[in-house]
Amino acid sequence: MEFVGPEGLRLDGRRPLEMRQLHAELGVVENANGSAMFEMGNTKVIAAVYGPHEVHNRSQQLWDRALVRCEYSMAAFSTGDRRRKGKGNRRSTEISLVIRQTLEAAILTNLMPKSQIDIYVQVLQADGGTRSACINAAALALAEAGIPMRDLVASCAAGYLNGTPLLDLNYVEDSGGGPDVTVALFPKVDKVSLLQMDSKMPLEHFENVFQLAAEGAKAAARYMREVLMENTQNLARLVTAT
Amino acid sequence: MLKNKAFVKKNRGGRVFKVVREHYLRDDIPCGATFCSSCDTSTANLVAADRLVVVDTNVVLHQMDLLENPAFRNVIILSVVLEEVKNKNLSAYNRLRNICANRSRQFFVFSNEHHRETYIKAMASESVNDRNDRAIRVATQWFQKHLGDACTVVLLTNDLDNRTKANAEGINVFSVDHFVQSLGKPELLDLVARSESENATPMEIEDSRPSKRKIIYSEHKPMSEITAGIHQGIYHQGKLRVNRYNPFQAYVGSESVGDEILVQGRLNMNRAFDGDVVVVELLPHESWQGDMTMIAEEEDGDGDERVGLAPDTSDEAAVNKADEASEKATTSGGSSRPNGRVIGIIKRNWRAYCGSLEPMTTPAGAGSVANALFVSADRRIPKIRIQTRQFGNLVDKRIVVSVDSWDLNSRYPSGHYVKTVGKIGDRNTESEVLLIENDINNRPFSDQVLACLPPLPWSVPAEALHDPHREDLRNLRVFSVDPIGCKDIDDALHCTLLPTGNYQVGVHIADVTSFVHPGTPLDIEARERGTSVYLVERRIDMLPKPLTEDVCSLRADVERFVFSVIWEMSSEADIISVRFTKGVIKSSAALSYVEAQARMDDSRMSDPLTTDLRNMNRLAKVLRQRRIERGALTLASPEVKFEIDTETHNPLDVGMYQVRESNHMVEEFMLLANISVAKKILSSFPVFSLLRRHPTPTPKMFEPLLKIASAVGIKLDITSSMTLANTLDLAVGDDPYFNKLIRILATRCMTQAVYFCSGELSPPEFQHYGLASAIYTHFTSPIRRYADVIVHRLLAAALDLEKLSPSLRDKSEVTKIADNLNYRHRNAQMAGRASVELHTLIFFRNRPTDADARIVQIRSNGLIVFVPKYGIEGPVFLVDKASKSSTNWIMNEEQQCANARDGSTKYKVLDSVKIRIQVVEPQPNRPKLELTLLA
Repeated sequence: MEFVGPEGLRLDGRRPLEMRQLHAELGVVENANGSAMFEMGNTKVIAAVYGPHEVHNRSQQLWDRALVRCEYSMAAFSTGDRRRKGKGNRRSTEISLVIRQTLEAAILTNLMPKSQIDIYVQVLQADGGTRSACINAAALALAEAGIPMRDLVASCAAGYLNGTPLLDLNYVEDSGGGPDVTVALFPKVDKVSLLQMDSKMPLEHFENVFQLAAEGAKAAARYMREVLMENTQNLARLVTAT
Repeated sequence: MLKNKAFVKKNRGGRVFKVVREHYLRDDIPCGATFCSSCDTSTANLVAADRLVVVDTNVVLHQMDLLENPAFRNVIILSVVLEEVKNKNLSAYNRLRNICANRSRQFFVFSNEHHRETYIKAMASESVNDRNDRAIRVATQWFQKHLGDACTVVLLTNDLDNRTKANAEGINVFSVDHFVQSLGKPELLDLVARSESENATPMEIEDSRPSKRKIIYSEHKPMSEITAGIHQGIYHQGKLRVNRYNPFQAYVGSESVGDEILVQGRLNMNRAFDGDVVVVELLPHESWQGDMTMIAEEEDGDGDERVGLAPDTSDEAAVNKADEASEKATTSGGSSRPNGRVIGIIKRNWRAYCGSLEPMTTPAGAGSVANALFVSADRRIPKIRIQTRQFGNLVDKRIVVSVDSWDLNSRYPSGHYVKTVGKIGDRNTESEVLLIENDINNRPFSDQVLACLPPLPWSVPAEALHDPHREDLRNLRVFSVDPIGCKDIDDALHCTLLPTGNYQVGVHIADVTSFVHPGTPLDIEARERGTSVYLVERRIDMLPKPLTEDVCSLRADVERFVFSVIWEMSSEADIISVRFTKGVIKSSAALSYVEAQARMDDSRMSDPLTTDLRNMNRLAKVLRQRRIERGALTLASPEVKFEIDTETHNPLDVGMYQVRESNHMVEEFMLLANISVAKKILSSFPVFSLLRRHPTPTPKMFEPLLKIASAVGIKLDITSSMTLANTLDLAVGDDPYFNKLIRILATRCMTQAVYFCSGELSPPEFQHYGLASAIYTHFTSPIRRYADVIVHRLLAAALDLEKLSPSLRDKSEVTKIADNLNYRHRNAQMAGRASVELHTLIFFRNRPTDADARIVQIRSNGLIVFVPKYGIEGPVFLVDKASKSSTNWIMNEEQQCANARDGSTKYKVLDSVKIRIQVVEPQPNRPKLELTLLA
């Protein structure tokens, strides 16, 4: 299948190195300590953070740091065919683990021993790149909850189809059978916290695709920082107004 | 950059659900005009001519030949058109893409669907077609507004409704016919396909007088009914194959019936072409016999067979066999073969056809429109009705014609003229025709391809000798043995006696992959061509000449890169070790088979080279013996060789190709190299190695052979290739040629060997039946076969010398390559045979010849004879064709013998007869060979 036409446009009209439109909102779940909604094009996810609070199951309590738990699920209406996806299947268990590990690396867990932080992410609409969107949403939610972190975490994916590196694959491109590299990094310290790849790719192309995904993640991080700044400024304005 | 969402409902697997896709609209899409001041002109190629042309989808689909004409320039192709063409006809899409890729043609693709100002949303209750038509009009308007007074933008469409709407919106709109007329180039007018809307007008008139034009064919059933029928098992789907020898008979291979369905006559074929995917309905069982009356109805029913080259394998003979089966059916009354008729066509296999116009009295006045009938060179294709303004000019030419449509009330399909090949009967023209008919590309190599060649004159660079991956083999006494006059030498050999008493034997193959790098234009072109094509008078190369005849050719006394297989063998030809390496050699002699043979036979010669040859020949004999013991078949095919006049290129003499011991010697080591390489690459890459297999023939395929064998009283055991080989050896008749004849007939029962990807089949299926080898591939001729290029790359990767490109690491990709290679290989063979046939015809044109022939089959109305000297085979009619009654002969098909009624003469299969060969021309422009029996 032709994913990039000779005119240099992808199926949805983007050029190979362009991301989809990003959109984020904070404080979308009132009950939670922190929450965020993150959109990458048609991919839409919501994240809610509870904690730090006491550990529910005493046996899991860690004496020197906080316990981070993460639950990923997909809404039944998130894809074209309505089917109950939910949690507990192989795929969501794996993604839950990935998100937890990525964010745990950012959270300063040693500041909050014997406590627990719960992260819930749910995919409302899936159009490729859900993993990245979930990490971004969860990072924003953590920041909104005021949980101390080393740095922001931002993520983006890139692929390699028709001999061209492509940034931020959508669902059609994702199912094209080519490699799909997901990168999450700390933008300020410039360290990678997650690197995953599906399928296989020659080593000489990997470097390019990886760099591209990292650039995408940095761009996402810039946007996330903007959203957080704006949110904080609004809060500050609210405080001064009262 | 704006964003927009397109909501599409899609139906997949019967279920309906909604698919939402993003659709980005941009403001940075250039308009493509070189004179535009506001857009990026880096990719622009439209020049400031008086008119820019926008075409709609139907124009692209139906007028491709017009668009491909270089006179047609400055065209804007909208992405909405491109997308529609892609969905409707992939080959048209590829052709259009090729035109667009050629910058000099000035075709520009404008992505109107992603441009902010030209994207439109479908309105409520607007159909997709209407929406797309509107999108085309909006884009045309935008262009006019965007470019202002710099030029006029015209829209070409044959849709009347669209034209009216465009006129109302103030767009310059033309029908194709009208537009081409305004160009003032009458020769372009013939290229215009007659569209259905234009046909509609005369038809409507005729509708009022229905008696004038009657409907000939029955209507095709609607798609919904067809799918339902196939589900219920009433209808059967399959590919229609027209009998090569009788165009009024076709077969549809159907899995649902499990047998081939016979479709008799044009009416039952219902406008289907050879190769179309059709849907067939079975006829009631009572009418299941070859109803010959149908054929007689047609006015040009020449159902007889023609004389041609003897077929090599059963692929070619298959149709013949089927024909025979149906013939038998008619004689015995009821038939077991189901008969059917076509009720719908799922996929057309229309392409451009080569042929000539049927002569008729030239209409008054040159330049006026004449309706002519086109007769294809391929007999399976019906006559095609075309309109031309240059009839007088075309009548003695070979021309190419495309099919446009086939109406219910038209006996013949209608089409349009595409191009002229040349004068009928001219040797070059006829060669060209057979190339076109076999889809062989003989265009010169493009500049991009030639740019990939190393600079000439080329010699081995000094640093290559220090390359650790490249062994210096210049000290070896390497020589090559090839046919006389061979310039593309791709293999060389050496054989050295080691101090241990063992032999070191090497096969050195031109290292083509050092020059053809994956993914380059050169590589892509070679992959597309697949193989070199050998015609009688010339060769169409897979790679450009500088590579084949110079840089890669292992000529004597020059240093060349090679890829070598080197064995250590005991004097009993047991392989002790094998290794593979890239190297540099310096061939000491380029021998011909004749020279090599002469050296070996001449007992006075005892120079080192001759000793090597003799050693090698001895080893080869042992290897060959062993191979035959394993059950390899010694097959035979009637290869003929022409002696060509160097001046006129006309054939001077025809003769059988002579095979010497030296041929066997080279062949044996090439086989060994191929097998060794196949084992090596398969062990390194079990999933995506390119191998070659030869399927075991089914007992059914051997039936014709067994019938003949039993008629002449010999026993053949076909249980395995070994038993067959043994019984073939025992089949000796009264004369020396008898055994060869039996072998030729046996070869014909088998299918061709094919390339395949090892991951697609299980190891037992890798078997090469003819060679009795469990595994085989092609490694030894990379100059003329692309398969060998792939195998070279695989082997280099297996030795860790090079990296394998990702496309070769993909099973489906390798399968795709293998399929193309099989197709090209087959076409190349067909073209080669057609070329021999053509030259045979030229050879016999003015010299009727008497020759000895052998009867290979006895039919109800005549004999099929084979002429060994010229390799031709064809029918000799004993029964008068017109009356269909055998007056003097009693034909017995079961026992394969024919007796004269008066008892004077008796013919049995494989008997010798004397025949006369001459060229007759029963239909103008279709000369053919005729064989007659000499008393």
